[in-house]
Amino acid sequence: MSDNQIALNNLTRVYHVGEQDVYALNDVSLIIEKGDYISIMGPSGSGKSTLLNVIGLLDYANQGDYLLNAKNVSHLTEEEQAKVRQQTIGFVFQSFHLVPRLTAAENIELPMLLAGIDPVERKRRVDKVLEGTGLKDRAHHRPEQLSGGQRQRVAIARATIMQPEIILADEPTGNLDSKSGSEIVQLLELLNENGITLIVVTHDQNLGRRAKRKIKMIDGKIDSDG
Amino acid sequence: MRVFDVFKFTFHSLAFSKLRTSLMLLAMAVGVGSVLILTALGEGARVYVSDQFSSMGSNLLIIIPGKKETSGFNPSTFIGSTPRDLTVEDAKALKRSGLLKDVAPVIVGAVPVSRANLEREVAIFGSTADLNQVLTIKLKQGKFLPHTASDIASPVCIIGANVKKELFKNENALGQWLRIGDRRFRVIGILADEGRSLGMNMNETVIIPVVAAQAVFNTSSLFRILVTAKNQEHLLKAKQRVISIIKQRHQNEEDITVITQDAVVATFDNILKSLTYAVAGIASISLAVAGILIMNVMLISVSQRTAEIGLFKAVGSPPNQIKTLFLTEAVFLSLFGALSGIILGHLGNFAISNAFTEIAFVAPWWANFAAIMVAMVTGIVFGLMPASRAAKLDPVQALYGN
Repeated sequence: MSDNQIALNNLTRVYHVGEQDVYALNDVSLIIEKGDYISIMGPSGSGKSTLLNVIGLLDYANQGDYLLNAKNVSHLTEEEQAKVRQQTIGFVFQSFHLVPRLTAAENIELPMLLAGIDPVERKRRVDKVLEGTGLKDRAHHRPEQLSGGQRQRVAIARATIMQPEIILADEPTGNLDSKSGSEIVQLLELLNENGITLIVVTHDQNLGRRAKRKIKMIDGKIDSDG
Repeated sequence: MRVFDVFKFTFHSLAFSKLRTSLMLLAMAVGVGSVLILTALGEGARVYVSDQFSSMGSNLLIIIPGKKETSGFNPSTFIGSTPRDLTVEDAKALKRSGLLKDVAPVIVGAVPVSRANLEREVAIFGSTADLNQVLTIKLKQGKFLPHTASDIASPVCIIGANVKKELFKNENALGQWLRIGDRRFRVIGILADEGRSLGMNMNETVIIPVVAAQAVFNTSSLFRILVTAKNQEHLLKAKQRVISIIKQRHQNEEDITVITQDAVVATFDNILKSLTYAVAGIASISLAVAGILIMNVMLISVSQRTAEIGLFKAVGSPPNQIKTLFLTEAVFLSLFGALSGIILGHLGNFAISNAFTEIAFVAPWWANFAAIMVAMVTGIVFGLMPASRAAKLDPVQALYGN
């Protein structure tokens, strides 16, 4: 059991839409081991994004328990959740979510800035990751001056800068052409090879098939897993 | 998050939206600037009035006919009798007592003054030679009233600088005759161009012997008696002496009011101080308006930056940190606005001072201090709501915008 990084036990997440209850997660149980590479696929509204957000502690389940590194994180305060996200989880979004007024380097630095890390250490880490993602000559460009692929590379660099154990990617190639998309996938897979757990939500069958473990969701339930 | 990083981050975000930031700064600066300018106007008026009174000498007593009582009643309340007049004889009696240096009975009135075909309506002061010392009057030419002015209605007059200019143009006025009411007077002195004294424009006056004024105005009662004590320590004793002498002469009834110049100054001082505070209060309404503006703009900023706030939450920024960032932004806006307002206000005061050189318009020190404090408090109070709204945003909704 010691390798069980994430353990979801009978999670249910209900949204109230008008008079109706919509089950975004319906009694979902899932165990994810450290270093896993998982794709979550399924039609729109199947609950795959909700599952990702619950794992990332951005959303919460109405019922069930969530154990992260054997610690129950279902009932943390907002401040405690923020701490866990800061230290354990990195997010990559479909629409990049870069701060428009900050340069590439500053966007990458942002999580460390918010965490209050020493400026010298910040500089060291940013330089290293710029090198690793091939963005060195783009460091002082603002997002509007970067291509989609470059923006997503900045976002990935930002997601890894706090050295998280888990990367959660929600449609990471959704806004990219196929060439930059495959570059991004390679970059994410490289991170996984270095031991980071990678969970990717996607519509893209080709991307989904690359994962070691493929989960399919329908109507808030796990339809297939393997 | 490090304090320096918070400041740097805030600067960055303020500098990025230049139009928004400069409009907010302008709103706050106008508010603070108007506080400074309005308090400077009030304070300038106060200092000006105080100076005017102290130029008269601080050992001055002003005797007014009638007793001003604020409580109780005396028989005259029922009878409705008017108070006894002050007369030239009263003034003479005061002059005979030892403690008083100068005693100047004063009759004031306005009648036409004419020479040849030129006529002007000016204020006539009927008084004695002592008025010269009491009001520290400066003469440009000639001499002041003779010492017999309280006994003999000699037809002589001293004219103000403007009166001279208007009736005599560039001619030599000394020794010339002019007509006051239906009497003729010879000009024996011309006042220096001094400006104001006792709240009257001395340039627009003519001074004649008190007895002559009684004839001109056909009255025996005095408007005031102005008295100076030998020195300031004797002021209180002199005041009691004045009251007892007049009481004795008025069938043992205390029917005069003696005010010292200090009391007058203090009264004006108080009135003008309250005026300054009131004006400052009115001006701070504009600060409150600026505050509400800051709140509005911060709320807009929060909704514009919803995605950014969602991202902050995703990368592990706790709610309190987000609140701090937005609050710092609001406080910085107010603070920089206040600082530019202080510069604006002082520039405004400098400009007004140059336009009206008679009065020094300088905002009191507390106005600077209060303006900054109010701006800070405004920033915090009106920044709090948008900041907590940002902190409370649901991360999923903020990120995905639904």
